[in-house]
Amino acid sequence: MKGTGRAYEESLLAVMRALGVELEEVEDWNCCGATAYMAVDEVKACILASRNLAIAEKMNNKVMMAPCSSCYLILNKTKHYLHDSPQVNSVVNRALKNAGLSYSGNVPVRHPLDILINDVGLDAIKKQVKRPLKGLKVATYYGCQIVRPYATFDRADNPTTMDRLMEALGATVVRFPLKTRCCGASLTGTLPEPGLLCSYIILKEAIRCGAEVISTVCPLCQFNLDGYHDKIAAKWEHVEIPTLYFTQLMGLAFGLSERELGLHRNFVPMKKLPEAQPELAVR
Amino acid sequence: MDLQRTIKYESDRVKGFGREVMSVPGCEQLQSCIQCGTCSGVCPLSIYMDYSPRQLMALTRADFKHEALRSVTIWLCASCYDCTVECPRQIRITDIMYELKQRAIKEGIYPKRFPVPVLARTFYSMVHSRGRVTESWVVVKMLLKSNPLAALGMWKLGLKLLTRGRFSFKMEGIRQRDQLAKMMAVANEVDSEHLPPQEELKKAH
Repeated sequence: MKGTGRAYEESLLAVMRALGVELEEVEDWNCCGATAYMAVDEVKACILASRNLAIAEKMNNKVMMAPCSSCYLILNKTKHYLHDSPQVNSVVNRALKNAGLSYSGNVPVRHPLDILINDVGLDAIKKQVKRPLKGLKVATYYGCQIVRPYATFDRADNPTTMDRLMEALGATVVRFPLKTRCCGASLTGTLPEPGLLCSYIILKEAIRCGAEVISTVCPLCQFNLDGYHDKIAAKWEHVEIPTLYFTQLMGLAFGLSERELGLHRNFVPMKKLPEAQPELAVR
Repeated sequence: MDLQRTIKYESDRVKGFGREVMSVPGCEQLQSCIQCGTCSGVCPLSIYMDYSPRQLMALTRADFKHEALRSVTIWLCASCYDCTVECPRQIRITDIMYELKQRAIKEGIYPKRFPVPVLARTFYSMVHSRGRVTESWVVVKMLLKSNPLAALGMWKLGLKLLTRGRFSFKMEGIRQRDQLAKMMAVANEVDSEHLPPQEELKKAH
C-alpha cells in the first residue's frame, strides 16, 4: 500500500481520521508473502505472518486491521494453522523464540469493512456524509480473499457489507452478480491472456449492469480493473469504467478533497460529482 | 505429428505421492473426493488448464506425481478459493494447489522461464533478504528472467504509474533483518519431509 496501492492508504487514513478511529502502523512490519511466497514455502509463510502478529501483540492495541485482502487472508490463515496444527505451531513458536519474540494467539485480525460496519457503525458514518453520492450507480466488487475461505464478517457467496456502506453514503448499488469473481490477481502480469480475461469479464458485466463506478477493497483488484484498459481493448473491446477504493468513495461523500483521497493516482478518472445540495426548507 | 500415449499405466505412478500430499495439514480431505466436478465448474481459470481441477485432484490422489507437477494447472491457479468454498467434501483444493506448486519448485520441475514460478521465486528471495518487496524490482526481475521483450511492452504502464506516484525504485526493507533471519533459520532446520502421522493431524484439525 505504499506503492501501486498508495491511494488506498491515503484514503483509508483520511476517512478513519474523519471518523475518529485511531490507527497505528505495525512497527517495522514485514511482507506477509501474499500468494507468491505461499507458492514456495508454506511453513515459512506462516513464520513471516507470525512476526507481524507478535509485533502487533506487543503494541498493546486491541485489534489488527489488515486492509490488503492478501494480508488479511494470510494473517488469518496463519492464525488458523497455529491453532489447528501442532506441527506448524511448534515450528513457528520456536522461530519466534529464536528471534526474541512471542505470540499467544490473541490478536484478532479484522478487515476495515468489518470495523466500519460493526464497530464504528453506519449511523456514525452517515453523520459524516456532507455530500451524499445521490444517483451514483456503484457496483460493489469484493474480490476473493476477504470472503473466501474465511467468511467471518460477511457471506462468501453474496456479501453485502460494502453494499450497505455505499447505500449509507447515498449511492445506488446496482445488482452485480460478479461481486466475488476473481480479477485474475497476479496473472494479469505473468500470464496476461487468462489474467486479463478475468478482469475484462468483470468490467464488461459492471457496465452492463448499469454501474458508473466500481468500488473495490483490494489494491491488486483495483490495479487490474483500473490499469489495463488499453490492453483489454487491444485483445477484446473497449470497456472503460472508473474503479475506486471504497475508502475513496467514502471520502468523497465526507466532502474530503480529491487530492487527499489519492484520486489523481487512478488511471481512469472518476466522473465529477455534483456539489452538495443545500437543504430545502421544510414547510 | 507427435504421438502421445493417452492412457496411464500403473508404472507411471509414484507410489506414496498422494499420501504424502494428503499428510500435509489441511489436505487430508482429498481422500473423500467424489469427483463431482464442482471445482472445475466454478474455477475462473479452468478454461485454460490442461488438467481441470477435478482431474488434477484425481491424479494427485492416484499418485500420478509427474503429471500433477508438470501440469500448467497448478500455475494457473489464482488462489481465489472458489473451489474450496464450493466443494461438497470440503477439500482444501487451493491449499493442495499450493502444496503442488511448492513441490514443483523444490524439485525444479517447471519450464525455466515460465513467468508464474519465476515470480514466486523472485518474490520469495526478496522477502527473504529484505523482509519486504519492492514492487518495481520484483516485476522488473521477473520480466527479465522470464520474458525480457515483454518488459519493453510495459514501458507505458510504468510511465503512467510513475507520473501518478505509484512507482518507485527505492528498495524497501525492514530494519530488523537479523530478527527475520533468525526466524527463518529455524524453519531451515526443521525437516519438513518428516510429517506427523495422519491420526495426529486428524485429531488436531
